[in-house]
Amino acid sequence: MAEQAQATDTGPRPIVAWLKLAPKPHLEAIKCACGAIYLDPKRVACSKCGEADKFKPLTLSDKGKVYVFSVVHQSYPGIKTPYVTAIVDLPEGVSVRANLTDVDPEQAQKEPNKIFNLPVELVTGVAAKDREGHDVIAFSYRPSKN
Amino acid sequence: MRNVYVLGTGMIKFGRYPDKTVPQLGGAAAILALKDAGIAIKDVEMFACGNLQLSNAMVGQRILQQIGQTGIPVINVANACATGSTAFREAYMSVAAGMYDIAMAVGVEQMGKAGLLGGAGGGDPAYSTEGKLGSGTMPAVFGQAGIEHMRKYGTKLEHFAKISVKSHKHATKNQFSQYRNEVSLEDVMNARMVAFPNTLYMCCPTGDGAAAAILVSEDKLKQLAGGRKRAKVAASILTSDPWTDRDLILPDVSTLTRRASKQAYEKAGIGPKDIALTELHDCFATAELVHYENLGLCGDGEAGKFIDSGGGVHPGLGGHDPVNVSGGLLSKGHPLGATGVANICEVVWHLTQDDRAKERQVPNAKAGQAHVIGLGSACTIHILTV
Repeated sequence: MAEQAQATDTGPRPIVAWLKLAPKPHLEAIKCACGAIYLDPKRVACSKCGEADKFKPLTLSDKGKVYVFSVVHQSYPGIKTPYVTAIVDLPEGVSVRANLTDVDPEQAQKEPNKIFNLPVELVTGVAAKDREGHDVIAFSYRPSKN
Repeated sequence: MRNVYVLGTGMIKFGRYPDKTVPQLGGAAAILALKDAGIAIKDVEMFACGNLQLSNAMVGQRILQQIGQTGIPVINVANACATGSTAFREAYMSVAAGMYDIAMAVGVEQMGKAGLLGGAGGGDPAYSTEGKLGSGTMPAVFGQAGIEHMRKYGTKLEHFAKISVKSHKHATKNQFSQYRNEVSLEDVMNARMVAFPNTLYMCCPTGDGAAAAILVSEDKLKQLAGGRKRAKVAASILTSDPWTDRDLILPDVSTLTRRASKQAYEKAGIGPKDIALTELHDCFATAELVHYENLGLCGDGEAGKFIDSGGGVHPGLGGHDPVNVSGGLLSKGHPLGATGVANICEVVWHLTQDDRAKERQVPNAKAGQAHVIGLGSACTIHILTV
């Protein structure tokens, strides 16, 4: 038992609660009976309709389309620039904020129209190590391969 | 509700005051407003103070400790960038409701070179999502507001850049402006990119500043104005962000502005065509462009055409429907808590032909509006009339 507990302790951690790493990396949301979808699972009530007890878990698709983006050239110390930040619309009817990977920032600025509606898919990777030495896993979206 | 008038205004030049404290900056603006009103601090019955970054530090009381501790009620207000205008509204409401006859509002901020704002995380830095799950910095958030317009209507980079050129040109005529240099379209387009499509000159600076206003009832106005022309607060509106599809992911600065704008025009009983000048929240050039439509200065999708046709430009420079003749946040500066009161001062000065707006006076101004967005979100619109 002790060995198992230790194994769990050293495992990777998702950067946000709604990124689930198993069985394969995906985003987990909650959906209110009124249709509104939220990424924060511990919210008090639905901010669209006000109901508190009408939430059901919803597993989100790993594919979506880019709504809008920006290319960040100036950020806080330690954050590498430039990078592409985007709002990705998922088919379930919720939007997610994430980095776009495998998209050339320079090209995106030249031809923004090519980024709008771009089909993308979820990918994960190690973003950092926390104070206790765990890998912290973040997600991003890249142009869909299929 | 009773009619409320702006009896006095005061503002210090926006800029950098590393050798002054926040209460000193706010106190200086308050003294100017009291002098302009022709009253003393002992005459003020209620004081609302707007400051964001020291919102737990009793700034209002500390201002009175600089200029006169009269024991009056003081409210300290924080409402993101709408902090100053919300403080103004608190003062307005206290007079409108009949609670007090003379109220003071001060907006003050000392930011120094604060940087980007927004998006930074607390706790273990490994779990900060900034740069890992996109960006929550203000330039990126407002960049995307412009990109959304680009996506919907084919708006071009030049449209946003023209707004910065206009702002800088206007600011050359404003002695209160932090920056008073002209920039060309090429300067703006070729400047360092901060967050696409906002280049450096399309982002407002950080800085220090303060502005103040004295609000009075009609009876007090008759008693104290001495025949001087004074502006009436025709509408004082505050909204928060209603639920919209993407608001929690990408702050929606349009819906709450549209809601506030509709309420403001209704309350004042006028429409956008009656507005001689607009001071709006151009924290970024992209923000100004979307607010042309949100405030009804042009139709949906027409903001690009509006700026191309001289919309937003001072009539003295050949434009129409002037926006941010003060230089706006882009050039005049944006000391967070001061902005909302400073915008109202600007509108008041044009309506009352005050010398402080002499160099940039909008002719025949009978009505003007001041709009502020605080991300998170709060929107205020004040319509003033003479």
